[in-house]
Amino acid sequence: MTKIKKQAFERVIHGIFLILGLVTVGCVLLITVYLIIAGIPAIAEIGLSEFLFGTEWKSTSAEPKFGILPFILTSVYGTAGAIVLGVPVGFMAAVYLAKVAPKKVKFAVEAAVNLLAGIPSVVYGLVGMMVLVPGIKQIFNLADGASLLASIIVLAIMILPSIIKVSITSLEAVPKEYEEASLALGATKIETYFKVSVPAAKSGIATAVVLGVGRAIGEAMAVMMVSGNAPNMPSIFESVRFLTTAVASEMAYSQGLQRQALFSIALVLFLFIMLINASLNFFLKGKSREGKNK
Amino acid sequence: MKKKLQTILCTLTAAVLGVMLLTGCTAQKPASVSTEGSTSMEEVMGILGETYEKDTGIKVTYNPTGSSAGIQAVESGRCDIGLSSRNLKDEEKDKGLEGTVLAYDGIAVIVHPDNPVSNLSLDDIKKIYTGEITNWKDLGGEDLQIVCIGRESGSGTRDGFEAATDTEDICKYRQELTSTGDVITTVSNNKNAIGYASISALKDTVKAVDVEGVSPSEENVKNQSYKIQRPFVLVTKKDAPLSDSAKSFFEFATSEKASECISMAGVVPAK
Repeated sequence: MTKIKKQAFERVIHGIFLILGLVTVGCVLLITVYLIIAGIPAIAEIGLSEFLFGTEWKSTSAEPKFGILPFILTSVYGTAGAIVLGVPVGFMAAVYLAKVAPKKVKFAVEAAVNLLAGIPSVVYGLVGMMVLVPGIKQIFNLADGASLLASIIVLAIMILPSIIKVSITSLEAVPKEYEEASLALGATKIETYFKVSVPAAKSGIATAVVLGVGRAIGEAMAVMMVSGNAPNMPSIFESVRFLTTAVASEMAYSQGLQRQALFSIALVLFLFIMLINASLNFFLKGKSREGKNK
Repeated sequence: MKKKLQTILCTLTAAVLGVMLLTGCTAQKPASVSTEGSTSMEEVMGILGETYEKDTGIKVTYNPTGSSAGIQAVESGRCDIGLSSRNLKDEEKDKGLEGTVLAYDGIAVIVHPDNPVSNLSLDDIKKIYTGEITNWKDLGGEDLQIVCIGRESGSGTRDGFEAATDTEDICKYRQELTSTGDVITTVSNNKNAIGYASISALKDTVKAVDVEGVSPSEENVKNQSYKIQRPFVLVTKKDAPLSDSAKSFFEFATSEKASECISMAGVVPAK
């Protein structure tokens, strides 16, 4: 009797877990389908090439223009800039913390990184607006500091914690035998870290980079306060608008074709993120699989 | 012992949170009035709301999302009364909305307090914002590049400013910010900047220039000699009746008694 009861109980629990797992899948599907349905009408009306490659965004003028190339390029440059700044710093910091740092230093720095991870985006934006923007204005002798550069710096700082934490975890997961073998063969500590530990932790570090990219490209609040928000083609010291801030700044009062165009921007952003994630996963993790098979 | 302490702490926290939740359910909860819209009307709505709450005990909530957002909100039923710092457009009136002018507000053209320029003609302002004049030295100021700060396209303040200076659709902004307060903060932090904001929101952190020799005071808005002004409008739905508390707030705000409150905010009452 009890055996059958136990089996039935197991099955019920399995069923509950399956349903909960499917809830997540269901949410993703719901969002995808909704975005596609909401975003297609405007693209159809404006024309795909005019929408994606048009360089002027004038959504509320008498003759509205809906070209989002400036936003696409700004998001791409902004994220690329944040990655170029953030990944080397984060990666080196992770190698230092995981391998070289004395225990006390490691404790203090890790606490700081955790704190940095918990700071809300709005606070980043506020500090950026009050400190970074006037700072950039003074250092580069510009008329106004709110620019693509300010957004890149803010984004780089925001993605540091996720890169560092995930990289540390994957570096610490490398089996000690690999490193001991390398040291025993006469390699120096630094040679070991960079030629043995890091390649072994490659998939974890790739995950860290993907996380960083995901956070950078989706950030709206912090960059809205430091980027200037004018729909220009991107240039490092110019006021720019990202895909995310384009949606955020106009959504509240938009109507008609403008509102539908904003949904289309959200759809483009969504597809972008999927594309970047897929290709990064393919390239970075594919490489590590190659390395292991050798 | 540790486990027992944990259970006690958990139950205590849960109990406290539960009690705090219950405080929301007071016996008779007075209905509140929700208003949403123009960020320029913050001072006016603050004083009106406080006075009204003191008299009747009914809370007035104010959500600063911008004029066009406020008009949309009242149309979709998200709030009781919409606040707009511009007149309703024809398409908006066609959707069954009607506006009641509450007050007239001047839009001050603001610069950094250290900027020596203190008078600009409407033509100068137009040339600055369309990019024809790019350096303060052409206007008698220092040799600094002019940075044009403006508002987002749904802003009532932007609408009023562009209408008065004849710069609709041709303004070239360096930064497009989403509230009056933002513009004031940005201009106060940058010596090169010029911006525009409601007179009622000005603080000592910025300097308001004279327009065509007329200073932006309440008097000059009232006698129409200050050119850049626009109405503060309460937006309601024509055929949907307001709730009792919203209706009485509306009547209070448009009454003679409220005129004093409105003047205290630095704005000219319609009555």
